[in-house]
Formats: sequence, structure tokens, C-alpha cells
Amino acid sequence: MDASVILFYAVSALLVLTSLMVVFLRNVVHCALALVAALFLIAILFLMLQAPMLGALQVLVYAGAIMVLFLFVIMFLNPTNPEPRRTLWWGFGLLAALLLAGSLAALLSNGETLADSVPANEAFGSPEMLGKSLFTDFVLPFEIASVLLLVAIVGAVVLAKREP
Amino acid sequence: MVTLNHYLILGAVIFAIGVIGVVTRRNLIVVLMSIELMLNAVNLTFIAFSRFLGSMQGQVVVFFVMAVAAAEAVIGLAIIISVFRHRRSLDPQEMQLLKW
Amino acid sequence: MILDISIVAAKAFLVLFMVLNLAGILGWIERKGSALIQDRIGANRASIFGLAGMGLVNTLIADPLKFLTKEDFVPPQGDRFLHTLAPCMALFTALVTFAVIPFGDVLVVGDRVINLQVANINIGILYIFAIASLGVYGIVIGAWASNNKFSLLGGVRGSAQMISYEVAMGLSVIGILMIFGTLELQEIARGQGTLIRDLLPESASFLKSAIGWLPAWGIFLQPVAFLLFFTAAIAETKRIPFDLPEGESELVAGYHVEYSGGKFLMFFAGEFAEIVTAAGLVTTLFFGGWQVPYLMRDGFHFPWGETVLLPHLGVVLLQVGAFIVKVVFFCWLQILLRWSVPRFRYDQVMRLGWKMLLPLALLNVVVTAIVIIAVQ
Repeated sequence: MDASVILFYAVSALLVLTSLMVVFLRNVVHCALALVAALFLIAILFLMLQAPMLGALQVLVYAGAIMVLFLFVIMFLNPTNPEPRRTLWWGFGLLAALLLAGSLAALLSNGETLADSVPANEAFGSPEMLGKSLFTDFVLPFEIASVLLLVAIVGAVVLAKREP
Repeated sequence: MVTLNHYLILGAVIFAIGVIGVVTRRNLIVVLMSIELMLNAVNLTFIAFSRFLGSMQGQVVVFFVMAVAAAEAVIGLAIIISVFRHRRSLDPQEMQLLKW
Repeated sequence: MILDISIVAAKAFLVLFMVLNLAGILGWIERKGSALIQDRIGANRASIFGLAGMGLVNTLIADPLKFLTKEDFVPPQGDRFLHTLAPCMALFTALVTFAVIPFGDVLVVGDRVINLQVANINIGILYIFAIASLGVYGIVIGAWASNNKFSLLGGVRGSAQMISYEVAMGLSVIGILMIFGTLELQEIARGQGTLIRDLLPESASFLKSAIGWLPAWGIFLQPVAFLLFFTAAIAETKRIPFDLPEGESELVAGYHVEYSGGKFLMFFAGEFAEIVTAAGLVTTLFFGGWQVPYLMRDGFHFPWGETVLLPHLGVVLLQVGAFIVKVVFFCWLQILLRWSVPRFRYDQVMRLGWKMLLPLALLNVVVTAIVIIAVQ
């Protein structure tokens, strides 16, 4: 058994566990922290898939900024009354999710396994290669993404402002 | 030997768990968190394909998905705050004004 | 294979040993140094057999024992699990950052070349920013789990301050990244060994004679970025003058008001470990890291032609010693700043971070780019 295989199974088992915690825990703050742990584990999976730059960006942006924003909003709104349970909906939801997971898994895993073609150069996924792709092939989406972020900032400030 | 299929099945499972969260939970913030979980499952699938096909395009797509997800989370939370101010509740079942 | 793992484990143990010891000694420097600045004696009551050791016995032996034997309580309505998790996260993120800071060049043992850095990853400095952004959680969770309005106020202020200054910290480093062309900290430290006259083109002979004999340290190439980064790093560690999250006279103790005993010791040790990390980052990026001026791998090569050859072990010891001296200097500087400068008000902190540091950092990036293109 290779060390990387053991690591993959351990990380994916923890990932499934934390995602189940996000969906099934009662306390919203605990759900948010479970999501932070899940995002961190996904960043570890990115590192194993030779995407170190995106793994660091995942921790920086997703786990470090977006989830802090979630926690701020949770603390600001401070929901105290627990939500009511509706067993029928849980049963339907579980059934639908099992069908979805089953069909996705069946569709995505074809008979033959894809050859484990290790990318040729050592610098695959490094900041240099990502930057080169971003600034040559994908320059227009890059600029549009910056305008999108500006629009999001302005929209959020306008939406959340308190009426004077 | 960890093949592409392992990562794809993992992505599918996380996506399905996110779908359960969106459909079943009655707290808007948890619904938004489940949407983030679904987006991350898709990111994982993209990066797995990018690694096993040797192309950088998957990683660039994930970069943009992260940027868009950040913008969407910000706007979603702002909407949740303004809805909460009017209705004092975070239950999606109580926001059915448009339902006929 | 086993040998590789044991070498990495030895390096990690050595770095943790250095950082934790330095954090403890910094506690003593803080108490005695503040006493000297404020013209009083400081802590000297605890003594063993009459030997008080200038307050060392008090700070290094009696204080930790006192903290560890105090009662450990969780506020009654507070969240028990989160209350215990918060100081763990704060200490963890403060200590893990040191994994990519290089404390020496290479150590050649037999035929094995050991890079004196715990982990050499190709995204070097991005890893440090990622871990720093995780450090916000210790504050937020600690504030929330205490079920206390003062604590929550301090925690929200602290996390907003940390997020704001992360942006300025990241942008101010871009100038250094552009000059050295890499994200890896060991390469940046090695790149600062060259002299400035090797970086300038042939035509700038006046500049070469004026400053070309200086080693290419970050402080000479990017002085503005050093000031911005140092300010942002102090704001990240929430020390005075950016102390309002734990403002002692305003918010009781801010986000760690409901912590006592071992958990408070973890917050405390985490804060000192963050001081050491900030000092380590400043030395690596701007002051050459482990570089001694004009010391190459085989000895001194002075620019006026003289050469002094040294054995390999001597060079390694000189470099590690230089790193430790520089880190201790910047820790002492931060402690000096703490006891000399008054505290910023919260709106002043936010204004400084967003309206002054951020535009200056962007301007620094643009000016650096123009200078680099003009030089080539």
C-alpha cells in the first residue's frame, strides 16, 4: 500500500464526514466550522493533484476569507430558535441524493481506467504556469472577473446598508 | 493506485451531500454553505481532470470558479441580511410570497 | 527513506525548539524591558533559594506554572467545544508558519546536502499568507464561544483588523517578488547574496560606484515596502499600537477575557510566536535572511578584493547565528514599539489599513515595475 493511497483514503473519509456534518448539524456555527475543515481537506486534495497554487488560493480565499464572512453574518444575525424537523422531506432528500450520487458515479466511471499520465514538467500547477495561462490565453476572462468582483462589492454594500 | 475514477466518485458524493443540504435544511445560511460545498465538489472534479489529462485549462477554470463563488457568497449573504431585516426569520419555507 | 523523514523531523524539532524558546524569552524581555522603559524594576518577586535571576525565575518558571495550575472554566452558556478549540487554532497557525522560513543555506554532511528549511514548497510565501488568513479563526471562535458582549466586540474588531491588513501585507511583498522572480523564500534569501552592482546594467556606472558595493538586500531595493510590510505585520499580530481588539483599558481583555489557565497561556504563547514569525518574515524578505554581508559558501569575498576562506561548518554556524541575531533584533524592536507608541483608535486603524497602506502598496508595485523595465 502506497503512502499516497493511504493519504487519499484518509483525507476523503474525513472530507465525507465533515460534509455530512455541514448538512446534518443543528448549530449553525458548528456547520460553518465543519465547512472550513472540509475546504481545508479539499485544499490538501488539490496539493495531491499537483495544483499547489490553487490549494494555497483555496485556503486563502475560500477558507480564510469567505468562511470568515459567513461567520460574521452568523454572529450578526444570531439565530437562536432551532429549525423544525420534517421527516418526510429528509426521506425524500436522502432518496434524491442517493439517486443523484449513484447516477453521477455510474456516468463518470467508465470501464477502463484513464492512464495515470504524470504531467511532463515539474512545474505543472506552479504559479508560473498558472500565471502564464491567465495572462496569455485567458486574459479577457481575467479582466471580466475583476469587473465582476467590483460589481459584487458595490452590490453587497448597497444591499446590506441600513436605511438612514 | 489512485485513479481518476476515485476523484470523480468523491466529487459526485460531495455534490450529492451538498444537494441534500440545499433541499432539506431550513436555514438560509446553511443552504448557502451547501451551495459552496457543491461548487467545491465541481472544483475537485476539474482539478482531477486537469491533472490526469495534463492540461492547465482545468486549473484556470477553477481559478475563475473561485472568484465567481466569492462574489456569489458575498451577494448571497447581503441578500440574507436584508431579508432577515424584513422578516426576522431565516426559514426559506416562510418566504413564499410569490407562490400561487 | 527513513533517513529523509528523520532529517525533516530533526529540522522541524529544531525550528519548534527555537521558536518556543524565543517566545518564552520574549516574555521575559517584555517584562524587564518595559520595566526599564517605564523606570521601574519589573517582576522580581519569585525566587529560588533567594536567587531571582533578574526576573527570569519569575517569568520563565513561576508564570507558566501559575497558568497551568489555574482552574480551567468554560462560561456557562458558552460553547464548550469551541471554547477549547479557539486557543488551539491560534497557537497552531502561529507555529506552523515557520515551516517555510529558511534558517540557513545548506549543510553538507558527507554526500548529503541538507537544505536548512523545514519544507521547501514552490509556493513559499503564499503558504504563509494562507496560514495567516486561517489565524483569524482563533479570534472569531474564541470571541463567539465566550458568550460575552465585550469578548464578541473585541473579536469582531480583531478579525476585521486582521483581514484588512492581510491585503496590505500581501501587496507590499509583490515588489520583492518581482525583483527576485520567485515565490520561494529560500531562493529569495539566496538571491540577496549578490551585490547590487551585479543587478545593474553596464551603463549605470555612477550608481554602481555609489551603491553597487552593497549586498542586494530587500531593504536597499524596496525601503517603502519594508515599512508597509512591517506595519502590516505588527497589525496582524494585534500588538500595540494596533492593540484595540484586546485593549486593556477599554475592552477589559477583549476576545480572551473569559480564558484562564492553560488556554490563556496558549493564546499568550501564540501571540509571542506570531511576533517571532513576523520578525522571521521581515528578516527573510528584507534583510537577507541568513545572509552575512559578503559571506559566500566558501568564505568571505569582500568587494575590495580580499578573500577569507572558512570551513563549511564555520560558514553554516555564521549564517544560522546571523539569522537568529536578526530575528531577535526585530522581536526587540516590536517590543520597544509596544511600550513607546500610544494605541490607535479603531477607525484610525481601518483608515490606515485601507486608505493609506493599500494605495501606497499599489504605488510601490507600479514604481518597482517601471524601475525594473528601465534597468533592463
